[in-house]
Amino acid sequence: MVKEIERAGIPVVHVCTVVPISLTVGANRIVPAIAIPHPLGNPALSKEDEKELRRSIVLRALKALETEVDGQTVFEK
Amino acid sequence: MIRVVHYINQFYGGIGGEEKADVKPEIREGVVGPGMALKAALGAEAEIVATVICGDSYFNENIEEASAAILEMVKRYNPDLFIAGPAFNAGRYGVACGSVCKAVKDNLNIPVITGMFIGNPGVDMFKKDIYIIETANAATGMRQAIPAIAKLALKLAKNEDIGMPKEEGYIPRGVRKNIFKSERGSKRAVDMLVAKLKGEKFETEYPMPDFDRVAPNPPVADMKKAKIAFVTSGGIVPKGNPDRIESSSASKYGKYDLTGVNDLTAETYETAHGGYDPTYANIDADRVLPVDVMRDLEKEGVIGELHRYYYSTVGNGTSVANAKKFAETFAQELIKDGVQAVILTST
Repeated sequence: MVKEIERAGIPVVHVCTVVPISLTVGANRIVPAIAIPHPLGNPALSKEDEKELRRSIVLRALKALETEVDGQTVFEK
Repeated sequence: MIRVVHYINQFYGGIGGEEKADVKPEIREGVVGPGMALKAALGAEAEIVATVICGDSYFNENIEEASAAILEMVKRYNPDLFIAGPAFNAGRYGVACGSVCKAVKDNLNIPVITGMFIGNPGVDMFKKDIYIIETANAATGMRQAIPAIAKLALKLAKNEDIGMPKEEGYIPRGVRKNIFKSERGSKRAVDMLVAKLKGEKFETEYPMPDFDRVAPNPPVADMKKAKIAFVTSGGIVPKGNPDRIESSSASKYGKYDLTGVNDLTAETYETAHGGYDPTYANIDADRVLPVDVMRDLEKEGVIGELHRYYYSTVGNGTSVANAKKFAETFAQELIKDGVQAVILTST
């Protein structure tokens, strides 16, 4: 799906836990997530801390969308 | 006697389903689960001395640590041959089988083999590195998969000549081999061309690799004005799953209106996905589709707006052809709606 959205001309960021799969599929902008059943959360944290964590991942995704890339790029930080 | 170590996941290991997918690797003496059938197929020449069992989510969330730990366990049993799976169309299991096989092959220098369905993401990741027997897409294909794996495994262990992919049943690895043919290349090429012109069947001697890559689009110029859309393969749907999106092998996607929705709650949203433990997403679906945070960023002016609709399907054994078709369709809608960028979340 990532590739077809990109092919249609829309920049797309893939937020996912298993980065090697995303690389194989062909995503260009990749942001690693937390865990398979809760990619943008962590039930071990308090509600406030969890939302803060989620916000940091979404902000990283937005940063990836604002960044020029010339090939597959994993935005670790 | 050929000493074999076998790798399986928590499900085939009898530990549990998705709720146990986070278990760390362990090793047990002898055969476990599908190892029984494998033992029978391997016959008297080989013995499965130990079985490694690991949770699929644990492995995929910790690929390096898990591979290293499993490697240490395998080493202690001093095997001559390593067999993983088969994983059929289970994506995380396929990635685990491929990763473990490659680690064992690279570090212990013994033959390794696994089995997967052609659409498993583990195939594209590892087909060049290891022998992967092509299997059916579900465990109902176990009876065909096991003898094929055992047969090629014994050949590898005995260092026998390995035939072409089609005759041995493994997925082509892209290895080129010099062979003698009775007719010269020019004649064979013309024969192929004639067959093609006549509309007859012919088989190329050098299939072109399929590199389907899409170049990245230019970035978003002004995020403060941008309209961003959400797409997910994590199966987040309004409570009750109104479109009845299948929990695996999805044949459709859903399009849902987020107007007035500022937070996904246990009462309003859930996941339809059958390939991961749904507990956390069902309590708070923002953990997969971060609507709450995007609404905050919208209010703060960090982004222009969150697109009114989000698109969702279940990425669990769903065919690449279906996923491609879904996205081709809704990407046109996104363009028409003036969406400038997409955040796609996967579990």
